[in-house]
Amino acid sequence: MERGVAHVALFAALIAALGVVPPITLGFGVPITAQTLGVMLAGAALGARRGAAAATLFVVLVLMGLPLLSGGRGGLGVLAGPTVGFFLGMIPAAAVTGFCVERLPIRNAGLAAGLGAFIGGVVVLYTFGIVGMSVVLERTLSEAFVLSLVFVPGDILKAAITGLLVAALAKTRPQAIAWNRAHRG
Amino acid sequence: MISLVSPVRTRAHRWPAGGKLLAVCIATTLLFPVQDIAVQLAAAAVVGLLYALPGRVFLKAGLRSLRPLLPFVVILLLWHAVTRDVGDGVRIVLRMVTLVALANLVTMTTTLAEMMDVLHRVLGPLRRLGMRTDRIEIGVALVVRFTPVLVARASALSLAWRARSLRRPGWRLMVPLVLSAFEEADHVADALRARSLLE
Repeated sequence: MERGVAHVALFAALIAALGVVPPITLGFGVPITAQTLGVMLAGAALGARRGAAAATLFVVLVLMGLPLLSGGRGGLGVLAGPTVGFFLGMIPAAAVTGFCVERLPIRNAGLAAGLGAFIGGVVVLYTFGIVGMSVVLERTLSEAFVLSLVFVPGDILKAAITGLLVAALAKTRPQAIAWNRAHRG
Repeated sequence: MISLVSPVRTRAHRWPAGGKLLAVCIATTLLFPVQDIAVQLAAAAVVGLLYALPGRVFLKAGLRSLRPLLPFVVILLLWHAVTRDVGDGVRIVLRMVTLVALANLVTMTTTLAEMMDVLHRVLGPLRRLGMRTDRIEIGVALVVRFTPVLVARASALSLAWRARSLRRPGWRLMVPLVLSAFEEADHVADALRARSLLE
């Protein structure tokens, strides 16, 4: 049980750290960071339950007022802002990513993780994100979709990187990836 | 770790956190469906006044935390300038900025410890049902402790890369970073077990 708590907490810290580390700002002040990579990785490495727990812990800490979102954002205001769906969607995104890597009938760990990260971290995350944006900004769903289209290529790239990372992890530390079939035998 | 709580002491710092959260929830629910731009304007003015009362430093910190909204404000106003009526765009922008600013007020006047107390109370019913909510509290402490550790680890890895290569460090640095997170987690698990914190 201690291991579970420690893994969840360290991955929540990793999501937070990835919001700080590579601050590449594209366009007019919209930060593109590796934060969603952390969410995908939490699901892909820890599985559905613990991945979702790590994302939940991160979300709770941001709401309690720690500036852990990329660009040093945080606090309750996130809930009233246009990115609320992308923020709360981190939890189902990690859960679905984890669910996919656990259930998809793919033996290759990297491939399963990449595909899972795409379904969870792009399809599910954007579903929540677009709904949130359409409510706050009073757009139709298709208008909100167009508004968030800019970020899709970056997030697809992050899903691919998640696959590469998990493939590397499966080689260097197979016992770390809880759901790893090759390790399970 | 840096916090978003304002160092400028205001009267609201002393108000109970639960009350502030409830007040913001009610205000948000009431204000969100209002279509009348005059009401939205009045609400924005009231929130602006609340920011201005504690003085310049507080006001500036408040405005800084609203800056991430700027791209959305610009896009929305341009959108409405081109397609629909500008009044509607102004109303949506006003409402969004007011509600975010209002919620940020709670964040700026409530410490992490107070928020933890609220969380502890909210989780009370689950605790009585037998859920181990102490794990959440230990988790919060661990994240606060280890986020700066992982940030420092990442910049050390990046420096090591730069010392050896002319190319920019890419996603490859993530492999040792994630491995070190796993390693750190094992140490933490041992430490937790040794102290019987989750017995």
